[in-house]
Amino acid sequence: MSDVAIELKGISKSFGSVQANKNVDLKIYKGTIHGVVGENGAGKSTLMSILYGFYEADSGEIYVDGKETAIHNSTDAIRAGIGMVHQHFMLVENFTVLENIILGAESGMMLSHSIAKAKSEVKKLEQNYGLYIDLNARIDTIPVGQQQRVETIKALYRGAKVLILDEPTGVLTPQEAEQLFDILRALKKQGTTIVIITHKLREIMNLTDNVSVMRNGEIVANLKTSQTSKEELAELMVGRSIRMEIDKSPAKPGEILLEVKKLGLTDAHGVRRLDNLNFNVRAGEIVGVAGVSGNGQGELLEVLAGMRTCTEGEVKISSVAITPSLATNPKKIREAGIAHVPEDRLKRGLIPQFSASESSILGYHNSPAYNGMILTKTGAIRRHCVDIMERFDVRPQNPDIKSANFSGGNQQKLILAREMDRSPKVLLVGQPTRGVDIGAIEFIHKQIVAMRDEGSAVLLVSGELDELLSLSNRIIVMFDGKIVGEVDAKDADEKSLGLMMTNSHEGASV
Amino acid sequence: MSRTSKSLPVWADILLIPLINLAMALGVSALIIYLIGENPIEALKLMIEGAFGSSEGIGYTLYYATNFIFTGLAVAVAFHAMLFNIGGEGQAYIGGLGVAVALLALDHYLPFWLLFPIAIMSAMLFGAAWAAIPAYLQAYRGSHIVITTIMFNFIAANLMVYLLVNVFIMPGSMTPQSRTFLESAWMPTMQAMFATFGIKISESPLNFSFIISLITSLLVWIYIWHTRWGYEMRSVGFSEPAASYAGINTKKVIMITMLISGALAGLAGVNEIMGVQHKLMLDFVAGYGFTGIAVALMGRNHPVGIIMASILFGALFQGGAELSFDMPAISKEMVFVIQGLIILFSGALAYMSKPWVERLFSIFYRKIEAKEA
Repeated sequence: MSDVAIELKGISKSFGSVQANKNVDLKIYKGTIHGVVGENGAGKSTLMSILYGFYEADSGEIYVDGKETAIHNSTDAIRAGIGMVHQHFMLVENFTVLENIILGAESGMMLSHSIAKAKSEVKKLEQNYGLYIDLNARIDTIPVGQQQRVETIKALYRGAKVLILDEPTGVLTPQEAEQLFDILRALKKQGTTIVIITHKLREIMNLTDNVSVMRNGEIVANLKTSQTSKEELAELMVGRSIRMEIDKSPAKPGEILLEVKKLGLTDAHGVRRLDNLNFNVRAGEIVGVAGVSGNGQGELLEVLAGMRTCTEGEVKISSVAITPSLATNPKKIREAGIAHVPEDRLKRGLIPQFSASESSILGYHNSPAYNGMILTKTGAIRRHCVDIMERFDVRPQNPDIKSANFSGGNQQKLILAREMDRSPKVLLVGQPTRGVDIGAIEFIHKQIVAMRDEGSAVLLVSGELDELLSLSNRIIVMFDGKIVGEVDAKDADEKSLGLMMTNSHEGASV
Repeated sequence: MSRTSKSLPVWADILLIPLINLAMALGVSALIIYLIGENPIEALKLMIEGAFGSSEGIGYTLYYATNFIFTGLAVAVAFHAMLFNIGGEGQAYIGGLGVAVALLALDHYLPFWLLFPIAIMSAMLFGAAWAAIPAYLQAYRGSHIVITTIMFNFIAANLMVYLLVNVFIMPGSMTPQSRTFLESAWMPTMQAMFATFGIKISESPLNFSFIISLITSLLVWIYIWHTRWGYEMRSVGFSEPAASYAGINTKKVIMITMLISGALAGLAGVNEIMGVQHKLMLDFVAGYGFTGIAVALMGRNHPVGIIMASILFGALFQGGAELSFDMPAISKEMVFVIQGLIILFSGALAYMSKPWVERLFSIFYRKIEAKEA
């Protein structure tokens, strides 16, 4: 027996000519919570994937419990007592919780045996760690927080002594995250070792015992959490000092450019996605939309961007009116000076297979600036792309590289650049910094504030409460398709927003 | 910046992998030929000589290639919008009907230089029309294009039997075929065209349609990569959500793409009916539409690749015919087996060798890095 649960020695892994992990050494002590932080692309996920057997390292050794262990696939990892809770859950949506838990760990010919065994095991987990769950609920009917709990139970059910969590709080409300942390602390108390990958430094500070910082595929520091600070970690991650706060002058709201009245949307299945929304956004201000993802924010953006037709109410956005009978489309919306940075950049914001210059005109590709009678003006498009890449610091500054091959932050900067380039009257922004590294976040925030100062009306949907609080003038909170609160950003804090987001606050002002 | 993990150099992707696939197909073919007691090397020699050894052989090879270029382009254009047009066979068949209708109606009244564009337009129009219903059903009703285009192949085949037996057949004739067009309505043969420059080549079905197919390839290349319509088409193909975000009318794009695809397949009818047969007859498409799928796959949906793959398949058809003539043990059916193997390896199994090649390349890269370090 040793007090080291996992030890990695000299792990290297490259993909083609890119080295994702360089000679990484890492010790994770038994019964501790160990944080791994780093920017996107720093190699955290690759390292954990090697530990879990998704990838095989090019060189280096893995020691589990002091013994060298070969991990070729996830079966090996599970056998070695390593469990993983993925960022994107690996659950069968139309199976029940119980069916998901036993999936892949069934024994014998008939299911009934496995089911009985699973039931009693899960009962034990519930009692020991407070991991309560309805075993007969179907996965697609339970909230994400619960789904994540199923993933955790799955790993423990398979006998995990080391639990790896990859960005576990990305989809959770602050309250749900707090519950998760309580469970993790309980697990730790019972001797489980926990590795948590995150980019949220606050979580590292209040949860972990030790923290390792990764940058460019290497571990640049191993620290005791009690002996470090958020600022130090941020600096280590980026490799230079960065500012966590943004300065901005007070907003000077002007005329109303976006007005939403009694807006409603019932989808094809009869579900109310948007319910009686009323708000407005003025020129020169940023209005934030808070809410746990899936409470109608996405649908709101889609209606405002002309991608979906509402079923009730009306919207006046710039010079365009949207009503159920007066369907519009993204083309018309764009022509009216409304720009839209979509929530999902890889699915909608750009086309991964297109070159950067092709993606840099998406939505504006019919503009006479880029087209002759028949042929597209390839030269003009490239020049436009180089120009916005320069102004928005998109790296590498090469318009011929495939969009997919830029990092998340640079993809996002390219989209923002495209949408901001025409000084839009109204800017709709969804999740501008999701999966974006810290350095780029700072830049993106500055640009959004700059648009505001130029007189755009900005509607900002974000899952990051910090971001909403520091950028917005006002914040509206959505829950179940309704607006359950509207607060001045000055008077709000994470806790009050978090309570509103789960609709558990008292006396919401609507 | 993170580069994609397993990217291959472009040349390996578009040249090396198809060549490896071809080599594997030939390897298996050689084994089969050996097993039936013939010499594989000798057989390969005969095939290559049959396809390229004489001006007549080359003529036949390029004549077949012409058909494959048209049907291959048809598949490729649709594929760029992520539509799998299996209906090239029927569209080419109906395209041929378009040519025949135009020429039978007008050959007594108009000179060649008027018949020429009319026949081409008519072929494209008929081909596009045959693709229009599957396109509409896909775009507006959600019926899968693969199913509907396959069905339309059967409908086309039976429609043509009906039309030839009941409408186009010459009175008193026993064979279901139309009258022969006036000679003024024939596409000039390559032999005649070369002769005007004083060059003598032997007779073959190769005709001016081959030049049309090359021009069409260029136009298709321009359309896909250098027009805003091609941009919209590729957007829809790569990512429908992104296309609709960009304000692209995806239904319209699906319609237009399929109409173009059908029109391109229809052009194969020009080569066959106006260039070679000079009359409407049964089954003149002879599987060219289906071969077009393999051609597009092998040519990676790029016009240059399609021209190259078409010539390869043309050589297979021509060389295969010669082979079964010279080596009686290798029957016509055996040649089909070889063609089938090549289609299998370069089409359905097109990506089988990719992981191996990628692994080789990553080892190669690592060695270079080790040297540099």
